[in-house]
Amino acid sequence: MKVSESWLREWVNPALSTEELVAQITMAGLEVDAVEPVAEAFDGVVIGEIVAVEAHPDAEKLRVCRVRADGDEQQVVCGAPNARTGLKAPFARVGASLPGGMKIKKAKLRGVESFGMLCGASELGLEDELDGLMELPDDAPTGEDFRVWLALDDSVIDVDLTPNRGDCLSVLGLARELAVLNDMPMKMPAMEAVGAETDTVVPVRIEAEQDCPVYVGRVVEGVDISCTTPVWMQEKLRRSGIRSIDVVVDVTNYVMLELGQPMHAFDKATLQGGIVVRKARDGEKLQLLDGQELVLKADALVIADQSRALALAGIMGGEDAGVSETTRDIVLESAFFAPRELAGRARSYGLHTDSSHRFERGVDWQGQERAIERATSLLLAIAGGKPGPVHKVESKTVPQIQAVTLNEAKLQQVLGIALPKADVTTLLGRLGLTVTETGSGWQCGIPSSRFDLAIEADLVEEVARIYGYDRLPTRTLSVPMGFREHPESRLSVRHARDHLVSAGYHEAITYSFIDPAVHRLFSDLEPVMVQNPIASDMAAMRTSLLPGLVQAMQYNRNRQQARVRLFETGLRFVRQNGELRQQPGIAAVICGNREQELWANDQQPVDFYDIKGDVENLLAVCGQSRLTFAPLRDKALHPGQSAAIMDGDEIVGMVGAIHPQIAKKLSITGPVFAFELSLSRLLSKNVPEFKALSKFPNVRRDLSIVLDTTITADAATQLIKAKAGPLLQHCSVFDVYQGQGIEAGKKSIAIGMVFQHAERSLNDEEIQGLIDGIVDALQTKLGASLRI
Amino acid sequence: MENLETLKHEALAAIEAAEQPAALEEVRVSYLGKKGRITGLLKNLGTLPAEERPAAGALINEVKQQVQARLNEARAVLEQAAIDRKLAEETVDVTLPGRQRAAGGMHPVSKTIERISDFFADLGFDVVEGPEIEDDYHNFEALNIPAHHPARAMHDTFYIDPHTVLRTHTSPVQVRTMEQQKPPIRVVCPGRVYRCDSDLTHTPMFHQVEGLMVDDDISFADLKGLVQSFLTMFFEKELAVRFRPSYFPFTEPSAEVDIACVICEGEGCRVCSHTGWLEVMGCGIVHPEVFRHSGIDSEKYSGLAFGMGVERLAMLRYGVNDLRLFFDNDLRFLEQFK
Repeated sequence: MKVSESWLREWVNPALSTEELVAQITMAGLEVDAVEPVAEAFDGVVIGEIVAVEAHPDAEKLRVCRVRADGDEQQVVCGAPNARTGLKAPFARVGASLPGGMKIKKAKLRGVESFGMLCGASELGLEDELDGLMELPDDAPTGEDFRVWLALDDSVIDVDLTPNRGDCLSVLGLARELAVLNDMPMKMPAMEAVGAETDTVVPVRIEAEQDCPVYVGRVVEGVDISCTTPVWMQEKLRRSGIRSIDVVVDVTNYVMLELGQPMHAFDKATLQGGIVVRKARDGEKLQLLDGQELVLKADALVIADQSRALALAGIMGGEDAGVSETTRDIVLESAFFAPRELAGRARSYGLHTDSSHRFERGVDWQGQERAIERATSLLLAIAGGKPGPVHKVESKTVPQIQAVTLNEAKLQQVLGIALPKADVTTLLGRLGLTVTETGSGWQCGIPSSRFDLAIEADLVEEVARIYGYDRLPTRTLSVPMGFREHPESRLSVRHARDHLVSAGYHEAITYSFIDPAVHRLFSDLEPVMVQNPIASDMAAMRTSLLPGLVQAMQYNRNRQQARVRLFETGLRFVRQNGELRQQPGIAAVICGNREQELWANDQQPVDFYDIKGDVENLLAVCGQSRLTFAPLRDKALHPGQSAAIMDGDEIVGMVGAIHPQIAKKLSITGPVFAFELSLSRLLSKNVPEFKALSKFPNVRRDLSIVLDTTITADAATQLIKAKAGPLLQHCSVFDVYQGQGIEAGKKSIAIGMVFQHAERSLNDEEIQGLIDGIVDALQTKLGASLRI
Repeated sequence: MENLETLKHEALAAIEAAEQPAALEEVRVSYLGKKGRITGLLKNLGTLPAEERPAAGALINEVKQQVQARLNEARAVLEQAAIDRKLAEETVDVTLPGRQRAAGGMHPVSKTIERISDFFADLGFDVVEGPEIEDDYHNFEALNIPAHHPARAMHDTFYIDPHTVLRTHTSPVQVRTMEQQKPPIRVVCPGRVYRCDSDLTHTPMFHQVEGLMVDDDISFADLKGLVQSFLTMFFEKELAVRFRPSYFPFTEPSAEVDIACVICEGEGCRVCSHTGWLEVMGCGIVHPEVFRHSGIDSEKYSGLAFGMGVERLAMLRYGVNDLRLFFDNDLRFLEQFK
C-alpha cells in the first residue's frame, strides 16, 4: 500500500518527523518498504501562462513565447510542439535550479534572448504523459510556485502489509493505526449523506448469499464524463501508484484508497434489467475491462443483469457494462464480498487486482454506505449529475459483531508480565474495541474492520503490539539438567563429512531439482517432476546425487580447475512401487590427478582404485566392516569399472567410473570417478565387541595362483576364507600380475594368509592340511593353477 | 726422566695433528698400546732401583693419564665434527610444503547449520530432519494456512501435484514432531526449503533452521531471551536486537527480529538499506490452531517457535555478497571456508 505522507497527515498529524513516523509504524508491525520523495529537488519554478507565441526568425522548430508569471511577462524561446497561446505550464524562471542541478540563466537561442524555460514533466523529475510541455489545467493559478501548488514537498510511504492487516489498506486504516499509536484523535473529513434527487433505482437481487452479504447500489444520472479529474485527486492517485483514467473510475479508486472500500461503476444504459449477484454458469464467458476474455468456472461470483455477467465480483469489471466516453448515467456499486468465499478466486484466473487484494483480506463490512455516499459527493462536485437513493440489499449472511474474551491470566502468561488491568482496558478501547472488564479479564466487541481479531491470541498480540514489543520483558530460560541419548550405533553425518574433508574433498550443495535430460543420462528411473519449475532444466527431482555433483565438477573444470574432489549429502527422491521414498545419500566425484601438484608428488591421474580406496576408508572410519563389493552394471557407470557396495544381498551404494558416454554428452574430457552410498546405512554401525587376543604365534603362508582374468580376486579370497575356517585371521591379495610369463586371458595373484589358534601353537601338518584343502578348492571351483 | 717429558710432548703433538679417528687410534696404539712407548716405560720400571720406582711410576702414570685425557677430548671433538658433517649433509629445505593430500572443506551453509544446531543442542534441543517433498497438510493446513489463505501468496510454492509440494519451510518437521512426541518438546529443524523465486537475492532452494519449544509455561519473554542470546552467540558479539510485530499464520504474537547492521554497526549502509537494521529471523508464540491440529492442549501448554534463513546468516557472518555463490560450488569460493 502506497500512500502520500501529506494525505495521511490530513487525517492524523502527530508531531513526528517523516523518519519517526515511518519508524513508528514499522515498529507497530506495518513494515515500511520504502519512503520516496514525490518529486526531486528543484526550485524557482512557477505556473506560467503562455500569452503569445511567435515563430522564431531563424529556427523552424523554435518558437518565441511570452510567458506571464507573477504579473510580469518574460520572453522565452521554446522548442516544445505543444507550446500554444493560453497554455499553462511549469515555468522555470531565471535563477531556478532543476533536478540534476541545472541552473536556469538568461540565454540567447539563435539570436533571440530567452529569460527562463518552460518545462516538460520529465524535466522536473515527474513522469511524462506527453511529449512536450506539461499541460496544467486552465484554473491553475498563474504565478504560484509550482511545488507549492502541487504539494510536491511530500513523500510516498510504501507499507508492506502482512495478509492479516487488510484493515490498513486505506488512508483511513493507516490513520486509525497512527491515531492509536499516538493516542490522539483522527480527523476524518466530513462525509455527509447526499440526498437523493431522483427516484431511480436499479433493483438488486442477491442469489449467492454466502458470497455477498451486502450489496449497496446507487444510480447517478447525467454525469459529465468528459470533465477532467482535479489535479489534487490525480496527484493523490498518482502517489498511490494509480493512473488517472476518467472521472468516474478516478473517484471510485480514490474512495477505495481513502476508505478501503473497492467500488465499481456500471454504465446504466448497458444494463438489461436489474442486477443479480450470482454464481457463474459453468463455461459462461466474460470479457474483462483489461480486454481478456474469461471462461468462467461454476464457483465464480459474478455481478450480472438479467441476461449476462457484467463483472467478476470483487475482482474486475467487464468490458460491456463499463463506463465509457459516451456514458451519462451510472450505477455505483459498493459491496461486501465474504473474504473466505472470495479467497483464491482471482488467483485461479491469474488475476490480482487492488479490489481482489482488499476483499480477500476483508473490507469493513459496515463501510459500504459510507463509501457510496463519499463517492457520490465527490462525483457530484466534479462531474455533476443527479443521484438516486442509496439502495442497500443484505443477505442472511451479514456478519455480526464478534465477541472475544481475553483472560487476564493468559495475557500475563504469554507476555510474561502483569499489565495493569485499566491500562489494558484503555489500550483495547483505543483500538476501537468495545471493552467490558470482567472478573477474569475482558469481554471485547470486535470492530467490523478487524477480520484478524477472532480469538484470544489475537487480542494478546494486539496488546503486545501496542504496548510495544521492545518494552516487554526478557527472560532467560533455565533448562532442567538431564542426560540425552547418544546411541553409539548411530553416527552423525559430521563423522562422514569430516572424514571426507580430511581426505581432500570439498563439500558441495547442488539443487535438488535437475535437468530431466541430464537425469536420463544417468538413470532410467522415472523422476518425480516439479509441476511449476523455475526453469525447464530444473524440473526433475534427483534420484541420485551424481548428476548434480558431476555438473558442479564440470563448472569448476570450465574454470581452470583440473583436479576436483567434491562430495554432497542430501535426499534422493525415488518412486518405488508407487510410493515416494526420500532417501538420504552421500556421494562424491573426483577427477584430475591423484595428488595435487607438488614437488614431492608424482602426477598420476586418478583411477578406479583411488575412489574405491576412499570409499573403503570412509566405510572403515564409519565402522562398516560387513559391506562388500561386487561387479555392477549401472547406466551411470563404466560397465568394466563399477562395483556395487553390498550389505549381504542388498545394494547400498556404488562406486566406479562415470560412463564415458555420459562424460562425452556433458563435454567432459578425461575420466571421472564417483561413489554414492546410502547415508542412513553408512551411519548405522555395530557397537564393537571384544574378542580375546591369542598368546600364541601366528603363521603366515603365501599362495601364488593363476586364474582366468574373469575370476575376481574377491571370489578367490572368499573361497579361501570359507575353506580355511576359523583359524584364518587375515587374508589379502598382495600382488596381481598379467603379462610376460602368464598366458593371455590369465592373471597371477598372490595371496597372503595368516593363521592363528587362540589356545595353542599351530604345527606344520595342520597348516599344510588347510593349505592343501584351499589349493584343491581353488583348482576345482575356480580353475586356478598353482604358480611355483 | 728427560725422555718422559719429550715423549709426552711428542704424543700431545701427534694427538693435535690427527684429523681422523683412525689417526688418533694410531697415536693411542703407538704411545699407550701394549707395545706403546709410554707403556714401554712402565714396563721398564723394573730396571730401576727399587727406591726410585714409586716416584718414576707416578710420573709415568701421570703422563699416561694426561695423554689419555687429551686423546679422549680429541676423539670427542672428531666424533662431534663427524656428526655435524653428517647432519649438514642431511639438511633439507624446511620451507618446502610437506607431503600431503590437501584437505577439503565444509560448505559454509553446512558449517552455519552446525553452529546453529550446536547452540541449541547445548540447551537440550534435538536436531530433527524431515521430508522435503511434503504433503499440503503438513506444509500448510496444520500450520494454520488453509487453502486460498492470502498467506499462501507469501510462499511461492513448487508443486509436485495439487496436494504435494516441495516444503516451503522446515516447519512441517515441527508438526511431525508434535504428532509423535508429547511435551516438553525442544527441537530444531535444519534443512533445504524451496520457493519458486529466482533473482539476485532469491534462489529457488535455500536452507532454514527452525526451532520449536513446547512446555507448560513458555512466554514471549522466554522467546525474546532465547533469540537475543542466540544471536549474541552466533555473531560472537553483543549486538542490538529488536523485535518488530509481524504476521505468520502459525504464531501469535509474531515478530520479525532485526539486529543492528553488522556491517556498519547501525550507521546505515547499502547492506541494511540505510536503516541500520538487518532482518535476520522470524519468531513467535505458537498459534493455538497449530496446537489443535497436532493434538496438543493449548490451555495446558504454550510454545515458542523461531526460524532463520541459513544463507542470510552465513552471508552476514562471513561477508558473502552474493547469495548465488552458495550454489555455484566454485572451489575458489568453497576453499575460503576451510
